[in-house]
Amino acid sequence: MSTPSLTRRIRAPQAEQAPAPRTERRSPGAWARRAPLLPALVFMIVVTQLPFVGTLVISFMRWNALDPGDRGYAGLQNYKEEFTDPQLRHALTTTVVLTVAVVLVSLVLGLGLALLLDRKFLGRGIVRTLLITPFLVVPVASALLWKHALYNASYGFINGALTWIWSLFGSDNPPQPDWLTTHPLLAVEASLVWQWTPFMMLILLAGLQSRPMDIAEAARVDGAGTWQIFRYLTFPHLRRYLELAALLGSVYVVQNFDAVFTITSGGLGTANLPYTVYTTFYQAHDYGQASAAGVIVVILSIIVATFALRTVSSLFREETR
Amino acid sequence: MASVALPSARRRLAPAARRERRNRSLLGLLAWLCGIVFFLPFAWMVLTSFHSEQDAATNPPKIDAPLTLHGYREFFGSGTGVSPWPPLTNSLTAAAVSTALVLVLAFPAAYALSIKPVRKWTDVMFFFLSTKMLPAVAGLLPVYLIAKNAGLLDNIWLLILLYTSMNLPIAVWMMRSFLAEVPVEILEAASIDGAGLPTILVRIIAPVVTPGIAATALISFIFSWNELLFARVLTGVVAGTAPVFLTGFVTSQGLFLAKVCAAAVCISLPVLAAGFAAQDKLVQGLSLGAVK
Repeated sequence: MSTPSLTRRIRAPQAEQAPAPRTERRSPGAWARRAPLLPALVFMIVVTQLPFVGTLVISFMRWNALDPGDRGYAGLQNYKEEFTDPQLRHALTTTVVLTVAVVLVSLVLGLGLALLLDRKFLGRGIVRTLLITPFLVVPVASALLWKHALYNASYGFINGALTWIWSLFGSDNPPQPDWLTTHPLLAVEASLVWQWTPFMMLILLAGLQSRPMDIAEAARVDGAGTWQIFRYLTFPHLRRYLELAALLGSVYVVQNFDAVFTITSGGLGTANLPYTVYTTFYQAHDYGQASAAGVIVVILSIIVATFALRTVSSLFREETR
Repeated sequence: MASVALPSARRRLAPAARRERRNRSLLGLLAWLCGIVFFLPFAWMVLTSFHSEQDAATNPPKIDAPLTLHGYREFFGSGTGVSPWPPLTNSLTAAAVSTALVLVLAFPAAYALSIKPVRKWTDVMFFFLSTKMLPAVAGLLPVYLIAKNAGLLDNIWLLILLYTSMNLPIAVWMMRSFLAEVPVEILEAASIDGAGLPTILVRIIAPVVTPGIAATALISFIFSWNELLFARVLTGVVAGTAPVFLTGFVTSQGLFLAKVCAAAVCISLPVLAAGFAAQDKLVQGLSLGAVK
């Protein structure tokens, strides 16, 4: 089944109820329908698709800004270099590890928090507000906060807290690891998990609160335990919210630049694809090379996006039930 | 019989109910604990922003150090004479104007995708979404080269244009989901009255979907305000935005923690305020309108 036929069912009934257009003059009617859509569509094609065509063209060129005289057709040279360059392969692995780790951990934490917040307790609104704060801090600000105020080996809060705790037990020799050099990727991941857990929690909480309560209550009367209710009723209902949260989270985390750029400057094996493309272009001035990297990133994204889009369309198909 | 059985049953239930209540308050306590843990880094940032540079860089941390506005004075340019207002104004302009453009483009588009759908409207929807899945960084170089040749580098309008394109797909998806909920009867009445499309959109649909428009505007504003990569590469002294300005507070020498924290708080403040004020809108927006 093709994607369009899956999604056409979304809210098609409503569309059919709308007054039918005059059929005798078909093409003016069709254009009248298209007219409101065209500005947005044309705008998107011009601003987002044309640059990619540019990237594609430049990727086949020998073009270094520091050597402007030597510009010309390079064939597949840039691609050959990209594929033999261990840096790109490493960046690819880093991107996958970073995205999967951040999305999975924040999804699990977000689910736990959503389950906690789903029940009534004193000050629930306040706790919810406390929990979404990390998501509302500007990403660069958050990255700077983690790098300098928390991770810093000599005066960061984490090591400061270690000193304080150790001193409680009368020790003046607390461990003071330099988090950014010992666990660089983990450091970036932790800051991103902090930012994205609230996002996951908000979507999952909305999912939890939209589930029909009468079924759960009937199951409870029939003697189902809390775990059984979660496993067989809550979780299946929550599945599409989990998928939606994971998908949207991946779309943003895979493109993350701010945290990698700020916290480690791509050093110590934390350079992901966006950061690598940025450095090839911004620091090395090798336009051809940067474009080839860009094209590869786009192709990989298309592969991932195809699966993601299929998920989205199945989500919307379920929504109509 | 029944009058004998009831009290004993109640007595048997009582410990279970008590256990239930204890569990509930324990879980509430756990929720509070998690909330505080997640809030702690932010609280530390705010506290540090009110400390002097010397007190901010101590180990162990001086939680009860005297409070000062020194960091904030630094942010507003007391030491360097560099005013934060141009970057803040730039960010506000870029976020507000691009959000307005996004709404103006997305609203009619959503109409043509839901109420009177064009043929193959799902393909159009997926085209919009797919542009969001392509990494923006891959288009950075051509955009830079075009901007350079057109003399648009360091121009806020270039950012406005790019931010509009970044948020338009999300906005189209969100607006469509809101417009699909508009009752058909309203529209039928309007079209019988012979109202034109602009009238229908502004007078009839807009009032019904105001919460949806607000959610869309909120998300678009936040993402534009936060953007760093394009702002960093495509702007300089004139059109630099707040996130770019913020990265400039980190210096290689001397203490800077308090003023960085003060700057981070100031720059996050608009987003925090908007987000807290519209928590439910935030959920709707983040899920592209799928969660209501």
